[in-house]
Amino acid sequence: MLELITFSTLNGVLYGMLLFMMASGLTLIFSMMGVLNFAHASFYMIGAYFGFEISRRIGFWPGFIVAPLLVGAIGALVERYGLRRVHKYGHVAELLFTFGLAFIIEELVQMFWGKLPVDYRVPPSLDFVAFRLFDTTYPAYRMFMLATAVAMFVFLFLVLKRTRVGLIIQAALTHPSMVAMLGHDVPRVFMAVFGVGAALAGLAGVIAGPALVTQPSMAALLGPILFVVIVVGGLGSLAGAFVASLLIGLVQTFAVAINASLADVIGPSADIFGDLGRVTVAQIAPVIPYLLLVLVLVFRPTGLLGNRES
Amino acid sequence: MSAMLEVEDLHAYYGKSHILQGVTFSVGEGEIVSLLGRNGVGRSTAIKAIMGDVPPRGSVKFRGRQIAGMKPHQIARLGLGYVPENREIFPSLTVRQNLFLGQKSTRESGRWKMADMFGIFPRLEERADTPAGVLSGGEQQMLTMCRTLMGDPDLIMVDEPTEGLAPMMVELVGKLLEEIAGRGVSILLVEQKLAIALKISRRLYVMGHGRVVFEGKPADLSADSPVRKEWLEV
Ligand SMILES: Nc1ncnc2c1ncn2[C@@H]1O[C@H](COP(=O)(O)OP(=O)(O)O)[C@@H](O)[C@H]1O
Ligand SMILES: [Mg+2]
Repeated sequence: MLELITFSTLNGVLYGMLLFMMASGLTLIFSMMGVLNFAHASFYMIGAYFGFEISRRIGFWPGFIVAPLLVGAIGALVERYGLRRVHKYGHVAELLFTFGLAFIIEELVQMFWGKLPVDYRVPPSLDFVAFRLFDTTYPAYRMFMLATAVAMFVFLFLVLKRTRVGLIIQAALTHPSMVAMLGHDVPRVFMAVFGVGAALAGLAGVIAGPALVTQPSMAALLGPILFVVIVVGGLGSLAGAFVASLLIGLVQTFAVAINASLADVIGPSADIFGDLGRVTVAQIAPVIPYLLLVLVLVFRPTGLLGNRES
Repeated sequence: MSAMLEVEDLHAYYGKSHILQGVTFSVGEGEIVSLLGRNGVGRSTAIKAIMGDVPPRGSVKFRGRQIAGMKPHQIARLGLGYVPENREIFPSLTVRQNLFLGQKSTRESGRWKMADMFGIFPRLEERADTPAGVLSGGEQQMLTMCRTLMGDPDLIMVDEPTEGLAPMMVELVGKLLEEIAGRGVSILLVEQKLAIALKISRRLYVMGHGRVVFEGKPADLSADSPVRKEWLEV
């Protein structure tokens, strides 16, 4: 039981941090530009594939550094030459643009790497057991993922709170045109935020790729969960996205680990629920985030920490 | 006198509504000029169009250079400052951080230092590390003006700075405007009330229906009661 709790907590926090690595960029982009970027999870996927390709040719570590930078550059170009041009046709056009982009990226990935999962491996230098609790072991690579995610956040937090660029970003979240009229190049700030958001998603892909499965459907599988995270957290709220990421990370990990049904808990009287009484928590785990989404939308439409009207 | 800002036949639209219908005026070097008119005549739209925040049609020249069509941040960097009417302070940032973002680079340069602002408004210094969102309306007005001054504009456009302020605060705003002019900065003041405008302006324009309907010196406007009745008094 203790192992289950320890490992599920660790895995839940890890999954949550990975989610936040993407949700943070997504929500920053949304509050600045009002664009829900449907292609955000695609940047995560490109990160994983670039990481795979570089690690196969040169090594894991060069990929760890270069792949997120490449993805960030692609993100910045997408903003500069794609979104910015579409912007004048309104939010629907922007939404459709990112939607189309997600499909294009998926097709391109299939063209280059095929439909089957690729063999993106944990590097030998990190392929050992970090610790053992009773009979269960915990891989060092997962600890490395956790450390990377935490380091990234400390860095981002410091940039946002302590630097001039961070202050400009914070101000532009609520008053972009005022910031511009003080002489700051807001379009360039937008491009940078979009690029950094993409790079973060790419980094998440690079480190998640070897631990999960690197395949062309990984973006489509993750995208919906990301939207759940930022809506549950409150659209545009960074703190909300953080709380919701951890919440969904933990809930899902625990749900998968708990192999109990209603019948196991309350005994034969669960028969009045029919088959429902025999469904295990693990079986409904994939639905839980969406259940949470519906509950939040019904009881707290602004999200946990959001204060937007819309 | 050489005109610093020359606006000629300026038009602006919100969607299909034609708000500015050919506005012409100018502000000279070191001059205080007021743009008056009733609510809704398009004074704010005029300065937003000059800043490039609303797309302008027509000619806007700053120091002889055409700026219509340039981006707002480029226009600001040429030396045009803008103080909005709704006091768009950055509420989650502190007073000091708000002032810091008024600067165009990390270094304080030009006519104004943060210490000057704190000297003129000790209240801002007392609240330097408080989030700007909790300041009173008057304090926010001071902060907005000081924030723009930190960018060292050569011409500052101030939109209804006394709106909704207590008489004591109105007086402080007037003092600051005189201090600004004293340092050689030109001012374009948008107002609805006559009191301050008549007192400090060298020239005044009155707007009506998206056009300039009167131009003259304070004494001319004081003498012209038909214009005041038709275009200003409520
Ligand atoms: N963002 C906007 N969208 C549409 N119409 C606007 C907008 N802002 C102002 N208007 C309209 O433009 C006209 C001029 O407004 P404004 O320039 O704010 O006048 P003033 O500053 O002289 O009170 C008004 O009729 C107002 O309703
Ligand atoms: Mg106005």
